[in-house]
Parts: sequence; C-alpha cells; structure tokens
Amino acid sequence: MFPVVHTRQLSESVFEMGIEAPRIAAKARAGQFLMVRTTGRGERIPLTFSDWSEGEGWIRFIFMRVGKTTHELSHLSVGDSLADVVGPLGVPTHTEPVGRVAIVGGGVGAAVAFPVARAMAQAGSEVSVILGARTRELLVLQDEIAALPGVTLTVVTDDGTAGEKGLVTSPLKRLCEAGSIDRAFAVGPAIMMKFCAATAREYNVPITVSLNPIMVDGTGMCGACRVTVGGQTRFGCVEGPDFDGLAVDWEELMSRQRIYADDERAADSEFSRGCSCHL
Amino acid sequence: MPPNKPRHKPSRDPRTPMPERAAEVRRGDFDEVASGYSSDDAYREAMRCLQCNNPTCEAGCPVNIRIKDFVGAIIEGQPRRGVEILKERNALPAVCGRVCPQEEQCEAACVLAKKGDPVAIGRLERYLGDFDLACELEHRCVPETAEASGYRCAVVGSGPAGLACAGELARLGHEVTVFESLHAPGGVLTYGIPEFRLPKAIVEAEVGLLEEAGVRIVCDEVIGRIATVEELMTDEGFDAVFIGTGAGLPHFLGIPGENLNGVYSANEYLTRVNLMGAYEFPARADTPVWRGRKVAVVGAGNVAMDAARTAIRLGADEVFLVYRRTEEEMPARREEVHHAKQEGVEFKLLCSPLEITGSNGWVTGIVATRMELGETDESGRRAPVCVLGSDFEIECDTVVIAAGTGANPLTADAAPELERSRRGYIVTDDDGATSTPGVYAGGDIVTGAATVILAMGAGKKAARAMDVWMHQRTES
Repeated sequence: MFPVVHTRQLSESVFEMGIEAPRIAAKARAGQFLMVRTTGRGERIPLTFSDWSEGEGWIRFIFMRVGKTTHELSHLSVGDSLADVVGPLGVPTHTEPVGRVAIVGGGVGAAVAFPVARAMAQAGSEVSVILGARTRELLVLQDEIAALPGVTLTVVTDDGTAGEKGLVTSPLKRLCEAGSIDRAFAVGPAIMMKFCAATAREYNVPITVSLNPIMVDGTGMCGACRVTVGGQTRFGCVEGPDFDGLAVDWEELMSRQRIYADDERAADSEFSRGCSCHL
Repeated sequence: MPPNKPRHKPSRDPRTPMPERAAEVRRGDFDEVASGYSSDDAYREAMRCLQCNNPTCEAGCPVNIRIKDFVGAIIEGQPRRGVEILKERNALPAVCGRVCPQEEQCEAACVLAKKGDPVAIGRLERYLGDFDLACELEHRCVPETAEASGYRCAVVGSGPAGLACAGELARLGHEVTVFESLHAPGGVLTYGIPEFRLPKAIVEAEVGLLEEAGVRIVCDEVIGRIATVEELMTDEGFDAVFIGTGAGLPHFLGIPGENLNGVYSANEYLTRVNLMGAYEFPARADTPVWRGRKVAVVGAGNVAMDAARTAIRLGADEVFLVYRRTEEEMPARREEVHHAKQEGVEFKLLCSPLEITGSNGWVTGIVATRMELGETDESGRRAPVCVLGSDFEIECDTVVIAAGTGANPLTADAAPELERSRRGYIVTDDDGATSTPGVYAGGDIVTGAATVILAMGAGKKAARAMDVWMHQRTES
C-alpha cells in the first residue's frame, strides 16, 4: 500500500497528490510516469509525476478528474492509501544540454513540463516554457515553473483570462520564427502536440513529444499503447513516452485514445450516482 | 524378513474421463470447465498404473516428479502422502495438473501409451493438488526447508520459472525475494491463462504456500527501472539473481490496419479479462474490454484458444479462429482445440490475413487469402503457400492477434551486460548460468515462448546451480 502524504486541489477538476514511495523517488527522472491503481478492483492508469524527493521518499503527480478512477483518486486524503503504484516507467526525457529549447505544456501536461524544464535548465540549456490552458483556473504549476532559475515563462489561455489570449502555438511560432530555439518539447493533449509539431515542422525545428496512449500494464506486455511513429509500430510504455513529434501518426493516436470513451463515461456516471459527496 | 507387500494388480479399465461442465452451460460464464476427479475417479484411474519397476513416465517430466510413488499413494488410499511426494519436486501441483501438456510429457512416456490410453497422470496430479488446497490452511503441505544458509537471492518475475526457482531456493535454505512488476504474482498464470482453465484462487493459494515456506514476494516493482540486476547484487546485497521475466512483448503480424480500434494483442485481451476482471465491468471491476459481436482470433496455439473461448464468454455471436495451416499442425493442446469447438468457435483453416480493414478508425473485417500446404519446412510441418487470387473478406468487429511473443526491451534495461541472442533472449548454459557470474536466467526469456512446466524445470535447475555457485564462491 502507498500512503497519501499530500493532496492539493489545483482547480475544480485538477488535483495534485503526493505519496510515500521511497524506492520510486530514488530512481525518478523527468519525463517518466507511474501506473496507479486506487483499489483492489481498480483500473491501472498511467500518470506522469511532477515532482519527487529522494531524501524524503515521496513522489507527486497531477491528475484531472475525467473518469471513475481519477474521480475516486480525487476523494482520497492524507492518511488514505493507494493499492498499487508502479514506477518509474518509461524512458526518461533526454535532458542533456541542447542549446535553446522551448517546452510547451498544455493543461495537466504541465506535470511533465515542470520537471523537464527544471532538468534541462539545470543541465545548462536555455529554457523557454510555454504554459497553456483553456482558462485561467486550469493553469497548472504556473508559480513553480515561473520560479525555476534560468527559465522564461509565457502563459497562454484560450479565453484570455490569464497571460496572452490564444493557443500555445502562437508563442511557439514566434520563437521559431525569430530563430531563437534549437529544439522543442511538447506535452499535453494530443491535438495540442499535433499542432505544436506542425508548427515546428514549418520552421524545421526538431520536436520531441511526450505521448499519452491508453495503457494496461505499462511494462511492454500488452501492446495497448502502440503508436505509429515513422510508419513503425512502437510501444509507448517501454519505448516512449517521448517520440519524434514530426513522425507520429496523430490521427491514429487520437482515435485509439477514444476506444473506451463510452465505457469510461458509463462507469463514471455510475460512480458519481453512488457517491455521497456529489463533488 | 521384510513384511510381504501385497502385489499390485493393475486394472484394465479404460481411462477415467474427466468430469466437465456442459459446453452450452460453461460458454456463458468464466467458471472452471473441468471439475476434477472425485476420490473414486482418482482411485479407479490410479489402479490402471502398472507401477513399473522402471517408471519411464518420470523421465518424461521436466521436473522429474516421482510419479510412480504419488500414484502409488493414491492406490493405497493415502492422498496426504501423495501430496508430500509431489511437492518434493513441484511447488505448484494444482496449477501443473491443469495446464501442463501431459500428453507430450509424462503421459507420452507411460508404458500404457504404447497400446492404448496412458494413465491420466495430469488429472491425478490435479486431484492431489486440489486435495491439498481443500484442507484447512494450517494442514496444507508446506515443503520442508533446509537450515538457513545465510545467502540471499533475488528472483525477477513471479511466473512459473521464477516461482519454481524461488521455491527450490527456499527449500535449500536461502532467503528469497521475488520481484513482480504487476500488482499480483503469477505472471502468465495470472494475466494470461483464463479463469475457466485455471482459477486465480488456485494460483493465489499455491503462491501463498510458497510464502508460507519463506519466499518473500514484492509486487509493483519493475526490475530494469527501479533497480538493475547489478544494483540488486551490489547495493541491495543479493548473492545471486535469477531472471525469469518471460517473453511478454506481443508480436503483431505487420499487416495494414493492425492499430485500428478493436484490434488486440492476445496479451492485452487476456490481461484485461483475467488480471483486471473486465468481464465483470462495470459492476465489480473498473477495467473495460471491447465486447465484439464478431470476433476473429488469429493464431492456433493455446493462447489463441484461450482468447477465442474468452470472446465466446464475453457474449460474441460468432468467434472465428483464423489459422494458416490445418488442424493437424495446430500448436494448441488437443483438449483445448476440442473445448473450443464444443463451445462454438468456428475454425477458418488454411487462411492467412493480408490486411485488417476498418471504417472511422474501427475494425470492420479481415482480408485473407486461402493457403495450401506445400513442402515440409524447418519446423517439420508442411509450409503454407498462398493460393493466388483467392482473397476474401471475413466480416468482424474485433480482431485478437495471438501470433506469439518476443523478448521485452525492459529486460535488456535490467541487465544490459548479459549476452543475448539475436532475438533478444538471454544466453545461458544448461544450468541457466548467464555470461555474468551469479546471474542466472530461465523460462521464456531464455527459450522463447514455451510451456509452464518447461519454465518451471528451468527455474528449478537454475536454483540448484545458484546454490552450488554461492557455496563455491564462499569457499574459494
């Protein structure tokens, strides 16, 4: 069992949770993820972690309440436990110095953008972070990213309630156009990563994306997470989650992400009906 | 004078049939198909055994179980003693009694097999395994362990190879920790083999007895990510490590349309249903599985049969098994082929998929070509050859690919220094020793996909070699 040691509601539907997991904390690297199971009957879901402390033995992750499992997670508080937490999984993001890099984090993708920006800046890259969300209150980890030494932050919201109004691709395009970045990294909704990749392609800037396909085991055993990259089938969990953004088949990824949409809605509404607190 | 032992008079009865639930009943649920021998059945069957002076059956068993003696114990009405004899060599008799291919191993080597039906050794093994599990927990047979040696061993993977290795190491007096990446131990026994063929409660109970014998099982830890094999030995103080991670990476066919929604690897399909209990979604499990109306399973091994029979139980109207050779060449056990047919799986033989078709991202069918059998190939079977211009379409909304598995890249991350074959399998000597001293491996990660009992045999053999290695190193 993995005890919950920290919870924080970041917005109406976004939560941060810290758990005691010293062995994972000792090995965690930016860009990796966890498989989490809330209860004995629960699903295994992949969640990216945003922070960890080897010394104190904890890891933190951020999740949006979208289905039954995340709904259930959002009800836990300090003193509760998660049934299972496995990690760190996936290949860590390459953070060796690459000159000037733009990191785009959309929505809860900020959970990955934050440690990646921190690691890249620490390694000596010049880092510009573009943080985006639909609206102000869905912006995640803005203060933490702003406080990172050696990182410049641009905030974008669809509705203009914070930072500049528009999409993350606008500031990305500006950086590309000005010739002021050598590489880009994007993490967030697939549609956002797809357009970031299209922007990068226009200016011939290499871009790495952190993909979030559906997974079951997270260790390369089931093949649920397969994505087509450069015409080849790759396994997101063991070969990713990072891939060359210019080579990803985005339509396929987005289609595969929707496989269980109906089931997930049914399970969540069932859960919400039986739930006494009506969050 | 030794007391006169009454001479055993073997019966000439035909082989005692295995009681099983009717196909039309069992296709509607996930309960076990074969219900097992009663004690009368077991006695009747055991009486067929000739109790040969030279029991050839034992040579046919990869873990050399004392078959003659455990069958003898049933004849003498002493099942308890039979269990003890079995467990000297095999920690998982209730599992092996259900899933071993006995017809190719012990039973093939039975003297009676020359003239007719061999003794149903597997069914008798299951009978004793179940007899043990039916006892109160404190009365179950936990094999005796030797005096504590002071050595610590790590076992990576809790499938058949890892469990057999761990059990043997514990018996030899070593402290054993098994690392499992999933949330439940058992490996393929838990995620792969369906409830209707191997109930999870049986796996849990037999693994529980290993824990009683002192084996420590740590779930949720992925060796290769949380620690490497080298770190297990240097930082965590293990004297020797056994790698039994299996060959879990699913193979696909490499044809167009394989990533359409509704196309599963057999591993994913079976994991969702077995490990995650998706057949009880949403009432009692949170993991969904796509329940197709027309399901095509590609392949003809035991895994393909398991997937096809699972699809029937998930409520499919039609389930096709698509295989490019004939029934003769099918790698699955005869019994499983027979069960699948009884339950209504339709066999589309001599056809090979060329493409999976879809619309709006979802599967709509398979374009296949007819095959015929040509010359014998290196597998010793007649090779299937395309019949030109014979393409046709099989309409379906789900495709399950059961085309085998390969070495998982994570295993290479766990121990990059080990010598590997071209296909990524770990190279070992006959005892399971790898190119790194103190590191042993066995099971599918060495041989490629094989059977439960062969993996167990490899795990056990490696355990003995680890025991010798640890003692020798200390002495020198």
